Formats: sequence, C-alpha cells, structure tokens
Amino acid sequence: MSEIQQIAQDAQTRIAAAQDLAGVEALRVEFLGKQGSVSALLKTLGKMSPEERQEKAPAIQSLRQQVADGLAQKKAALEEAELDARLANETLDLTLPAPSALRGSVHPVSQVMDEVAEIFADLGFAVATGPEIENDWHNFTALNMDESHPARAMHDTFYFPDEDSQGRKMLLRTHTSPVQIRAMQAQGAPIRIIAPGRVYRSDSDATHTPMFHQIEGLVVDEGTHLGHLKWTLETFFKAFFEREDITLRLRPSYFPFTEPSVEFDVGYANEGDRRVVGGHGDADGHDWMELGGSGVVNRRVLESAGLDADKYQGFAFGLGIDRLAMLKYGMNDLRAFFDGDGRWLSHYGFSHLDQPTLSAGVGAQNLGGKS
Amino acid sequence: MKFSLEWLKYFLETDASTQEIADKLNAIGLEIEGLEDPAQKLDGFCVAEVLSAASHPDADKLQVLSVSTGEGDPLQVVCGAPNARAGMKGVLGLPGAVVPSNAMQLRKSAIRGVESNGMMCSTKELELGDDHDGIIELPADAPVGTSFAEYSAASPIFDVAITPNRPDCMGVMGIARDLAAAGLGTFKPFPTPDVSANGACPVEIRTDDPDGCPAFYGRVIRGVKNGPSPEWMQKRLIAAGQKPKSALVDATNYLMLAFGRPAHVYDLAKLSGAVVARRAQDGESVEALNEKSYTLDSETVVIADDNGVHDIGGIMGGMHSAVQDDTTDVLLEIAYFDPPRIGVTGRRLGLASDARTRFERGVDPEFLDDGLAILTDLILRTCGGEASDVVRAGAAPSEAKVVQFDPALTGKLGGVDVPATEQKRILESLDFTVSDDWQVTCPLRRHDIEGPADLVEEVVRIYGLDKVASVALPRVDGVARPTATAEQALERRLRRAAAARGLDEAITWSFLPTADAEHFADGEALWVLENPISEDMKAMRPSLLPGLLAAAKRNRDRGASSLRLFEIGRRYFRGKDGASDERATMGVLLVGEKTSRGWANGKVAMFDAFDAKAEAEALLGEAGAPVGKLMVMGDAGSQFHPGQSGTLRLGPKNVLARFGALHPKTLETFDVEGPAVAVEIFLHALPKKKAAAGFARAPYTPPALQPVMRDFAFLVPADLPASDLLRSVKGADKANIVDARIFDVFAGQGVPEGKKSVAIEVTLQPLEKSYKDAELKAIADAVVAAAQKQGAELRG
Repeated sequence: MSEIQQIAQDAQTRIAAAQDLAGVEALRVEFLGKQGSVSALLKTLGKMSPEERQEKAPAIQSLRQQVADGLAQKKAALEEAELDARLANETLDLTLPAPSALRGSVHPVSQVMDEVAEIFADLGFAVATGPEIENDWHNFTALNMDESHPARAMHDTFYFPDEDSQGRKMLLRTHTSPVQIRAMQAQGAPIRIIAPGRVYRSDSDATHTPMFHQIEGLVVDEGTHLGHLKWTLETFFKAFFEREDITLRLRPSYFPFTEPSVEFDVGYANEGDRRVVGGHGDADGHDWMELGGSGVVNRRVLESAGLDADKYQGFAFGLGIDRLAMLKYGMNDLRAFFDGDGRWLSHYGFSHLDQPTLSAGVGAQNLGGKS
Repeated sequence: MKFSLEWLKYFLETDASTQEIADKLNAIGLEIEGLEDPAQKLDGFCVAEVLSAASHPDADKLQVLSVSTGEGDPLQVVCGAPNARAGMKGVLGLPGAVVPSNAMQLRKSAIRGVESNGMMCSTKELELGDDHDGIIELPADAPVGTSFAEYSAASPIFDVAITPNRPDCMGVMGIARDLAAAGLGTFKPFPTPDVSANGACPVEIRTDDPDGCPAFYGRVIRGVKNGPSPEWMQKRLIAAGQKPKSALVDATNYLMLAFGRPAHVYDLAKLSGAVVARRAQDGESVEALNEKSYTLDSETVVIADDNGVHDIGGIMGGMHSAVQDDTTDVLLEIAYFDPPRIGVTGRRLGLASDARTRFERGVDPEFLDDGLAILTDLILRTCGGEASDVVRAGAAPSEAKVVQFDPALTGKLGGVDVPATEQKRILESLDFTVSDDWQVTCPLRRHDIEGPADLVEEVVRIYGLDKVASVALPRVDGVARPTATAEQALERRLRRAAAARGLDEAITWSFLPTADAEHFADGEALWVLENPISEDMKAMRPSLLPGLLAAAKRNRDRGASSLRLFEIGRRYFRGKDGASDERATMGVLLVGEKTSRGWANGKVAMFDAFDAKAEAEALLGEAGAPVGKLMVMGDAGSQFHPGQSGTLRLGPKNVLARFGALHPKTLETFDVEGPAVAVEIFLHALPKKKAAAGFARAPYTPPALQPVMRDFAFLVPADLPASDLLRSVKGADKANIVDARIFDVFAGQGVPEGKKSVAIEVTLQPLEKSYKDAELKAIADAVVAAAQKQGAELRG
C-alpha cells in the first residue's frame, strides 16, 4: 500500500470516528495543517521534476480534496446533531397561556353618538353644543314655553336655587333644544346642525333615568318643510340601522316649539324578546315604536333667536341616544348604562377600532368576540 | 284619558271597527296608549242557570251543581260559593276560558274526587268589581247560553293621551268631533236638555276677582235624594277608570269626562251667606277633598262664603261643604277660571287634579249654560228635586280669534298640497268658520290656535300626515365636508386611545351626593340642585373622579380585583354673569391589580403612581400636547397622596393634568379598597391647535452617521428630582446630545447616606464627521459640569 493510500485510509477511519467538533478540528490540523501529513505530501510536489510532478500530483491533490471533504461532511453532521440536541432541550409547553394584551372599551352611548354624527355629517349637519346648566329663557321661554305654560310643568325640571345676572332661573336643561336657540343666535340662517349631549329630567324607573342623552337636529332655510323632515329621519334611520325596510310613521303631536308638531314612530318586529327595527308597524307580528318628537319650527322660536320668520322656516327633531343604542345593540336596562359595571362595559362596550365610517357601514357588527 | 266605545258612540254615529277608530285616533294626534277589549277578556264565559245544587260528598263547604248553558246536557260544576243554589242564574266559565283576575286557564278537573266542568264566577274574578263573597247573580230574565260579554254589553276601552294643547278633547264629545272631522262617522250634537226651573236662586253668587274667575254661574236644587248613580253612568265611569261614589258626585264627574267640563256641587246646608269667587287671604286654609289641608295666599282664587273657603277654585273642592249621602239641597257651580291663574295656584300648592288639568289648559268658554243645564238634568233625573233659576255672575271670554289664512301655507310648511276646498271643509268640520277671503274664526274652545301655522296643523293632521311625501334635503356638491368641532374630534381621539390602552369607558351621573362633590370641590362654589331626585344626585360634579370612585366601589363590592375606568365629560363651575362654566375633562381611575399573578410573571402587581403618570402622558400625547416639554410639579390636590402625586404643566401655571395615587382619606371617604391611582386631564387647558396646520410632515432627514452612547453615573442629593438632573444633562451640549435616559436609580450599600446614585445613558449624534476622542471628552466634561450645578458628582 502506498503512503497516499495509507494516509487516505487512516484519515477516513479517524474522521468517521471523531466524536465532536474539537476532534474534527484536531484531525484537520493533523492532516491539512501546516505540519499536517497531507500538507507534507503537497510540499514534496515542489521538489519534483515536472515529469514526476505530472505523474504524482493528481493522486496527492485528490487525497487533499478527499480529506477536506471528509472533514467538512463530518463537521456538518456533528453541527447538525449538536443543533438537534440543543433544540430538543429548548422545548416549551405552548399550551401555557401567552401574555394577553389589555382590551378596553368604548361606551355604547359614545359609539352611537359617533355613528349618528357620521351619518349626519354626510347629510351636511354640523355639530353644535351648549351648556347643560341652562337658564329658563333658553330652555323654555325662547322655545315658546312661558312661565305659565303647562308643558313646562310636564318637563320634570331640575332647578338650581340660582339666577343668572339677568334674573333668569338656572336649571338643568331638559332637552337639547336650547342649543337650537344658541346656534341660531350665533350663526343665523340658513343653518343645518345636530346637537348631541346630556339632558336631565326628574324621572326614574326602568325606562327613565334622571340623566340621559339626546341628539337635536335643526334645519332652517327658505322653504324647508315637513316633507324634508320626513326624508331626513327616514334617511337617517335607514343608514343607522343599515336596513332599507325602515318604515316611518308621523303622528300629530304637540310641542310648543314646533307647529305643526309630529312624533315619529318606526315599525318593528318582535323576535323572541327583542325588538328588531324594520318593516311596517301594521304588518303581522309588527308594531310601532315611538323614537322621538319633531316638527316645523314655530315662528316664535325663530323670532326668539333673532331670525326673520317670514323669510326662513325649517324643522327640528329630538332623538334619544340611549334608546337608539338599546334598540340597535340589544341592551334592555337603561340604568346599567350609568353604573360603570366593568363586566357590563366589556360586554356591551366597543373596540377602539369600531370607529364608524360610511364606507364600512357605521354600525359595529357583532363579531362573536368579546362584545 | 279613558273611555268606552259605547260612550264614544253616544256622540258619534259610526260603523268603524274598534281598530279603525284606534288607528284614526293615532293619525289625528290623539295618541292611543292602550286599547282594552273586555269582550276578549270575557271569551268563554256565558250566562248559565243552576238546575240543582247538592252537597259535595267529601267537602262541607263545596256544592255539586248541575248547570245548564241552554244546549246539550247540563254540566256538573263544583262550586264553593255560599249563594249558589238551584234556580239562580249566574256566569259560567267553560274549560278553556281564562279567568281575568288571575290569568288561570280553566280545565275540566276533579275537585275532591268529583268531576267539575267549569267555574261559576264572582265579580272579582271577572274584574267587574270587588265582590268575592259569592258568585254573580243575574236577573231571572237573563238569557241562558248567551255569551256574558254580549249580555253585559262589554265595550272596548280606549286609553288616549291628550296633549296639553287640546283641552277640548278632554271629554268624549270633543274626541267624537275630531273623529267625525277625520271622516270616521257623523258627529251627534248633544241637545241641551230643557230644564224646568222654579223660582229665583236663593243664594247670592258673585265674583269679586273678575281676572281670576271671570264667570261664575250657579243654581240651587232642593229636595234631592243622593244614592248610587244609575248603572249606565257607573259603567261609563268605571270604563274611564273612575270609581262611582254617589249620584251627585258622579254627575259632576260624568259632565267632566263626557264634555270636558269640570263643575262642583256644594251641600247647601253647609253654606251661609253669599257664595263668592275671590282671592284667598294670606294664611287662609281649607281642607280639600283629598283630606289634606292647604294654606292659601292671595295668588289663589277660591270660592268662599261668609264662613270661609269652600273650594280651591278650579282645582279641588273642600271637605266641609262636600255632599253627603243625606244631602238634600245643593248648590251647583259652573265657573270659568283664568288658565294661567290656575297654573300658578296649582304649582304653588303642588296640587294636581282632573279639574286643574282642564282649567289650566282652558275649558270651552261657551259651554257654561249648556254644562249647567246638562248637570242639572243629570241630577234631577237621578236624584229628583226642584231646580231654581240660574244665577250668573260675570261672563266668560267671548271674543273669537280671527286668523288671516293662506291655504298655500299648508303646502309651504306641511309639504303636502291639500285642495283649498278640502282645507275649508276640514276647518269647518272642526267648528272654525271660514270666510271667502280666508278669514278663519276660531271656536272659543280652541285656545291653542295662535296663527296660521296652527291652522296648517289642523288641516294636515285631519288630512293625514301619511300623505306627506319625503323630499330630499338639498346636498352640497361633492363629498360631504368634515363637521366635527375641534372639541369633538379631540374627545373622540382620546376616547379611542384610552380604549386602545385597555381602559373601559364609563358614563357616570353628572350629579353627586353633596359630600362627595365637596371632597373634590377645592373651594369652588358647587352647583347644588334645589329639587334633587335624591340626596345622592344633588351637587353637580367638580371632578370626574368621585363618579368613577363610586363606580369602583360598586365593582369592588361585586368582587372585581382590577379596574381600569375612564370617562370623558364635563365638570361644572361658576362662570360669568351667573352662567355655568362647563369644562371638558377626562378622568381615569385604576384600582387594584395591574397584573394578576401568572406563571410567567409571578406575583400580583398592584397599580402605583407611575401607572397613573403613564396614562397621563400617553393620553396627553394623543391629545397633541407637547409631552416632552411638560413639567412635573406638585399640588395635585388634597385628594391625592401628598408624596405620590403631581401635576403636568405646560409652563409653570397651565396645569394640563393631575395624576398619582389617591389619598388614603379619599379611599376611606368613598369606601374603596385600594390601591387606587387616578388621572384627571383638563381638556379645556390644552393648547389650541393652530388653524390650518396642513397635512405635510416635516422632511425626513436621517443622520448619516451612527449615534454614540455614553453612560454616566452621578451621586446626587436623595431629594433631588431626577428630572432636574436629566434636564441639565440634556442641556449640556444641545448640538450633540439628542437624548438622555435614566436607566438606574439606586440608594443603599455603597452610596453615602442622604445621596442616591442616578445612572444616565446619553445619546450623541455626530453630524458630518465621526467624533474624535478629544471631542468626546469635551462633551463628557460638559455633561459632568452641567450635572455638578445640580449638586451631582460623577461616581468613580
């Protein structure tokens, strides 16, 4: 056996027997290092005559390649085995719970306010606000309810012992309608606004709380009439409930600040113990539900706000936000709205991502998740 | 107001069904609040005859009856009523019928082993009265087998809400007139009865207050015999929800409910001298029919005689002169009171009555003589007696309002075109008179008509609001413009930012128990209600925290271990000129566990003041406040832990928020188990956005070279605010230092007493060239020098 064959066989045996990467490295040094046996053979090539070199070089080169490949393969195999062993040690019990991100919630009243504002924005209604602690002129007198008006007594008003500097009795606004007066005084006509906010009545039972939320709508222009009111409400309810089968019924009523005055009902069906808005109220299994009051703005109100009542006319309406929220999202107890019960809030509250948009539909679908 | 169909038909000739009438009432503005059909309730009950009665073999108090319903074999019925006997007629409930009083369905059953095929009923069981001592006994001529609903002429009952502008519909007659105008039948005018009167009225009647009581008519009837009112009247009163009392009282109630006309009957024996309408004297008092005493004043109109007040005019009669069972001579009063005056009196006395409701809204000024004639006739027919002539003091308003109308206005306001002839027909059917040039004269009873818009309402409601077509509002060209106010946009953003941070939005009452409000008032004068619904809802909140604390307590009481609540709303302060100053505010309350114990993180972690600070800074950042420029200062308020709270200010005076751990006394006051930390962000104090800031961001210019980090550790006095040191370090070389961050704070072993060690990582940003060693040294020296000014020494 030649020396080359001897080395080749020796290298093959020992590489195969190497236990670890250090062993492989020692063999590399032993064979291919500066003092290595293969390196020594390679060095002999330099001293050979060209003929001899031509004869012997291929075998020596081949040996070098063979040993180098053997070492590389062994190294790779050992590294692979080492990684496998390490990974086997790093096993996690992934049935354990992952850290959970906190989830907060948006109150249904806020959500519905945002939805309503989004729809009315598309109809060109700007947002107006006013104080909740009002004077009786803005809350009543300017709305054609002078002191002796029986309707004043029907408002279950919360009063303060205070009067303002003009001697006007201070009270908690009983409706969002005083914002009509303030907005018309500030902006004049034509005007198209909604005014959302808290209102107060001295009334408390399962369906009434002493504080609740209303949204007022007001349109004053030349020639705005009852037909526009009807369209506006219909259009709003269709967008809000995202149903085309909304049927609106106007009924004559009485509010001192509108003339004519109408209440508006929508048709609904009883499904189980829930009321589902849609359809005609006189149809089988259906009925009507009152959702608010409205009418053609009384000219006295326009005059109170300093507008020319011969030139301008319009309509106003008021909607209960809490009621709309209950109808749309299925809550049945108004009092729970104001209790701050964390369980209720996370059950009925909305994700911050449920920002209403017209393109996605203003409503927040029930995704079967937390809410 | 409630009335039966039978009563309505007394004034209205109609073939319309009950449902058609109800629908029409809704359509013309007389809102149906309830519709009850007793015939439905009495379905399955019929007139039956007891053929025989034998005692029950196994029960002393029961009898076994054989009952005939006129067809088929007699039925065996077990009955416990003592008055059940052979030969009597009564009401039998057959199997399947539902007992009105308890909603139980009757079934064929065995009672103590004896088969029973139904139930003989008492008046109570059928909700026809209170009698439950025995079963109903019907007259001998009652036709056996007839349904009891038919036999008793049970009539559907309408319950209608009358709006305050329509006192003319607070009587059945007025409702009938409205229905007739709306085409639901023919109105039957009620003929004024012809009363035979004998002799002058023996009582002098006067009105000494022609403003408060412009008209006072009366007459005496002698020789009446009081007793129960006739059955037809009782039926109508019961249907209207009135309990029959006596013939004299029922007659006045009947007049009020049928014609909307309150009246009063005095026992003449209790009166002496002239009966006068006048103002009460201050301090005069009267015991009213509700058995309460009222002290009166000169704002009150009363009816009085020589001895004193007998009646709070237009509101309620007095006990002293009330008619009794043995009353024989009566004085009838029909007056006209000034509506606002009645309102003032009613409000002052806090006294509501059916009479007040009508007088305050305005009764028909033309219906005094007719009303008195009808009342006299009712009494004479029921109680007998002899009537005197009528005596009249004063006169009711008689000037009719005339409105110049333009029928085109109906289309202009109402959005529906109604032919002028139809408008005229509608108005005339409601007793308006319309001249050729559209001068419309209003009936005196229509106090609500002020101008042309009211006539539009009359026309439209009778013509039908369902005929008003929807008309689209004009739209601006293109896409709708943004409408949210800056305040609204800010609140929306904060609300959703807070929800994204894991906080739950609550809405709590604007009013608080006074003590809770006082705890947070900080010397501000509170708004306190004069007439709160309860003591717990009395003072307007000066802070959002008390409401959240009360909610926290309720949650804690339910076992909640962790709470993250926030609310956005107003705080109420005193403003200029006696108005309110309502400031938009956000409150955050974190209570209990921040993280519960877990397999990865170990122990429970509770909320601390830094959690509050984190919320404050994050939310202020979302609100657009320059968080990096804010100063942390003290004075969070006495409600907070003095050493674990602070304020965030933009400049030394402008407080944007307060935050920190709540004071143990606050937790004690609100009975909340801590720890509890809170934030209050004063939205009104935030810097206003500059108008038209535009959308483009500043250009992006990343530095070409990598930043260099250097760490410094300083020994500083233990009470030095870390932010002071940090600010000095940051300011040491503004050209090169882009950030500085505290990464360690330590006191104890190796740190001298009264000192702490603060370690700061400083980020240096080379601009054009990498730093040379000398440059780095110069910057480091500057940092150390700046820190020294805060009393810091570099640790070796």
